[in-house]
Amino acid sequence: MIIAERPSRLRAFTKAFFRSPTATIALCVFVAMSLAAIFAPLIAPQNPYDLRSVSILDNLLPPGEASFGGMTYWLGTDGQGRDMLSAMLYGLRISLIVGLASGVIALAFGTLVGLVAAFRGGWVDSVLMRIVDLQLSLPTILVALILLVILGRGIDKIIVALVVVQWAYFARTVRGVALVENARDYVDAARGLRLPPLRILFFHILPNCLPTLLVVATIQMAQAISLEATLSFLGLGLPPTRPSLGLLIANGFDYLQSGRWWISVLPGLVLLVLVVSINVVGDRLREVLNPHLRG
Amino acid sequence: MAEFILRRILQALLVLFVMTVLVFFGIHVIGNPVDLFASSECTKACLDEIMVNLGLDRPVWQQYLIFLGNLAEGDLGRSFTHGVPAMSLIWERFPATLELAVAALVIALVIGLPLGFYAGLRPDSWISKAIMGLSMIGFSVPIFWIGLIMILTFSVKLGWLPAIGRGDLVTVFGVRVSFLTVDGLRHLAMPAFTLSLLMMSMVIRLTRAGLREVMTSDYIRFARANGVPEYRVLGWHAMKNLLIPIVTVLGMEFGGVIAFAVVTESIFSWPGVGKMLIDAISVLDRPLIVAYLIFVVTMFVLLNLVIDILYSLLDPRVRLGAGAV
Amino acid sequence: MAPVLSVRGLTTVFGTGETALRALDGVDLTVHQGEIVALVGESGSGKSLTGFSINGLLPGNAKVTGGSIRLGDTDLRALTPRQMRGIRGKQVGMIFQDPMMTLNPVLRVETQMRDALRAHSPLPRGEVRARLVQALAEVGIAAPEQRLRAWPHELSGGMRQRVAIATALLHSPQLVIADEPTTALDVTIQGQILALAQRLCRDRGTALVWITHDLAVVAGIADRVSVMYAGRVVEEGPVDAVLDTPAHPYTRGLIDSVAASQPKGARLPMIPGRMPLLSDLPQGCAFAPRCARRSALCISERPEPRATGAGQTVRCHHPLTEPAGAAA
Repeated sequence: MIIAERPSRLRAFTKAFFRSPTATIALCVFVAMSLAAIFAPLIAPQNPYDLRSVSILDNLLPPGEASFGGMTYWLGTDGQGRDMLSAMLYGLRISLIVGLASGVIALAFGTLVGLVAAFRGGWVDSVLMRIVDLQLSLPTILVALILLVILGRGIDKIIVALVVVQWAYFARTVRGVALVENARDYVDAARGLRLPPLRILFFHILPNCLPTLLVVATIQMAQAISLEATLSFLGLGLPPTRPSLGLLIANGFDYLQSGRWWISVLPGLVLLVLVVSINVVGDRLREVLNPHLRG
Repeated sequence: MAEFILRRILQALLVLFVMTVLVFFGIHVIGNPVDLFASSECTKACLDEIMVNLGLDRPVWQQYLIFLGNLAEGDLGRSFTHGVPAMSLIWERFPATLELAVAALVIALVIGLPLGFYAGLRPDSWISKAIMGLSMIGFSVPIFWIGLIMILTFSVKLGWLPAIGRGDLVTVFGVRVSFLTVDGLRHLAMPAFTLSLLMMSMVIRLTRAGLREVMTSDYIRFARANGVPEYRVLGWHAMKNLLIPIVTVLGMEFGGVIAFAVVTESIFSWPGVGKMLIDAISVLDRPLIVAYLIFVVTMFVLLNLVIDILYSLLDPRVRLGAGAV
Repeated sequence: MAPVLSVRGLTTVFGTGETALRALDGVDLTVHQGEIVALVGESGSGKSLTGFSINGLLPGNAKVTGGSIRLGDTDLRALTPRQMRGIRGKQVGMIFQDPMMTLNPVLRVETQMRDALRAHSPLPRGEVRARLVQALAEVGIAAPEQRLRAWPHELSGGMRQRVAIATALLHSPQLVIADEPTTALDVTIQGQILALAQRLCRDRGTALVWITHDLAVVAGIADRVSVMYAGRVVEEGPVDAVLDTPAHPYTRGLIDSVAASQPKGARLPMIPGRMPLLSDLPQGCAFAPRCARRSALCISERPEPRATGAGQTVRCHHPLTEPAGAAA
């Protein structure tokens, strides 16, 4: 019965999702960008991390200019002579990795905390939820700033910082849904059958949290990517050797005053399109999965 | 009521205490500030002397207790790099940040309310859809990039507005402000607008959603059935109902705006506490970093406390017994 | 004498195009000066919608598409929105169902009443206040000065409804539309509000349309009654005639389901089935699926209004009383 029902529910959901042309386009854009990021080493004209292929003589070329070597830089070059297109593809890759990794870890940790809080109740619940409240009451950028000042630079460090600022959203969401589900008849029935609590938790309650989690995860991922870019721009996130989109924009800032706009503007546009498309997808998911879900 | 307020105050104090511990010990694991002060030919003896001068020769827990004791007297230590009390630096620069944040708030309301109003009244027109799309972008795009685009457009290409600094100041009631001079306004425009974008998007969405709900209410129909002119129905009867949630949310977000000013201030070299923080981080000026964090967190906690109490006083429907919803 | 309100063939639809739903279908309603007409029906019969169609306050997705609405000599459908605003509150007053929702929760009573007063008469400030105090006193509110300064949530439901009535009557309109103004109130308060509205309208010669689902209220207040079903007026006539000798089977059913009309201890008869959805209206008489007297004719053809001997007008192929002029 349940097995027979799944595919049709999924199909109905997919159909409902694609009824919005904006969301469909946004999803396509996101998929295309993800593919470009995954296959960056294959499609990028240049490996921007490979110093041998980068020539400082080619620095600050505007878009469309050709190098001495005869290679055309369709999107120009940056201060070190890196091809902007390649740098952006690699930057996109890093932005996505950071966003995805921090999102997944925060989701896993937050879900665990939320489930424990909902299932245990009592003082465990109140202590955990106090911590969540505290976490949510502080501005994310401030918390991330403190952490990065303490931790220093690096991909792992910024992922840790982003997890810390995100997990509480997941924990609160999961706890809310789990509490509602916990009171439902089917959970009572499962208890009546003397199923082990962990089994009930993971096979009965968790699946019902998934739609809500998906929505929160999408929107959090957009937030994380945007926050990472901001922190990198402030010089607090990633090391300059592995520039994400935010760092590319920051690097271009120095050249902005002299009219070399492409170094900052182009990665910014990519970032904008990426974050907006994720947000549009998230908004649509929210509408389709649960019209009354509060952000 | 008194119990509720007391409990909220205790809660706020607890948060502050936890924050001092986290910030103090967290900051202590980074870098060695002695290196900042020691010249290259400094001997062991001279290094030790610097350590003693900065109070770094004691165990960390002792340093923390001293720090707490000083904190109780409002003293957050001396800036390593400026050599003056950290709090005096903060007080000196905070007005600039506050001015920026207030200006951003005003811009968010002045632009966001009418746009949200329009989108709420005509939800199906293409202009409304464009407004909502823009607010989605305002939510998504990192504000620092908007700042860059504005510098590129209005300073570099058009040359209309200065890209950095605060401009001419005048002193009003002992506070130096820039919004009363033309030059100051020109400097304020871009940073304030950039900082306002997130709030503006929020105002647009809250206004639109609120208006759509309010417009179907009986009291709006009643006002119309009595022949009250439309501008009065919308501009006062509906508006007043909208403002309550908007003011509440903005009040709670204001601390976040101060925190986000870090970004705006470093783009536009606005001489506020945010710029100061970034500079302090780059030279590892520990006392200044700690002072800033304690200051902002305190402000944030106080703001939340005041809003909670005000809200429970204003709206009798708020259940006092219930904790966070 | 010309009626205060004359509605002919009023048709109101929700939505547009293919999916449009006819919520009102050829509604006729006539109200003379000083007359109280009750508009009776179940929820969803279109009685409230008739009220909102008249004063032009339909929700955004609804629109009047046919018929005429005349207030005295004025064709209300021909007016611009601006002119219509000049009519509302001045010539047509309205009282709403739930007094808890009618007053704006964040505005003082005085602000709301003052806005209604100044909408049509630009009085100087000092006079406004005196006028409002007088209006509140007329509806039986004690200490009107203090009540003016009150917030709505500080007043009881009955008190709020009095404020709403005072506001609606500020300009002594020719016509007042009252949309179930007693439904949300306690039974004891209901009687007071009913008597108050009746007295005020009689004193001023105001025509009153009283929308209700409660036949007991109709008997107590109205001169004439119009019974609505699925967006149509199925029976209309003097209140005594309609209640004593109902011509439409639906009216009969409504009367029978009121407790007072039945002997003690008897089970209340109910009309079987439920009102059809607007999206699913039958081709013929909308009541036919629930009617014991239906014939093939009822299912295929819509009944047109016709007069009965007792002065009623009924839309039924098989009325319970003999139509006027028909061979006995």
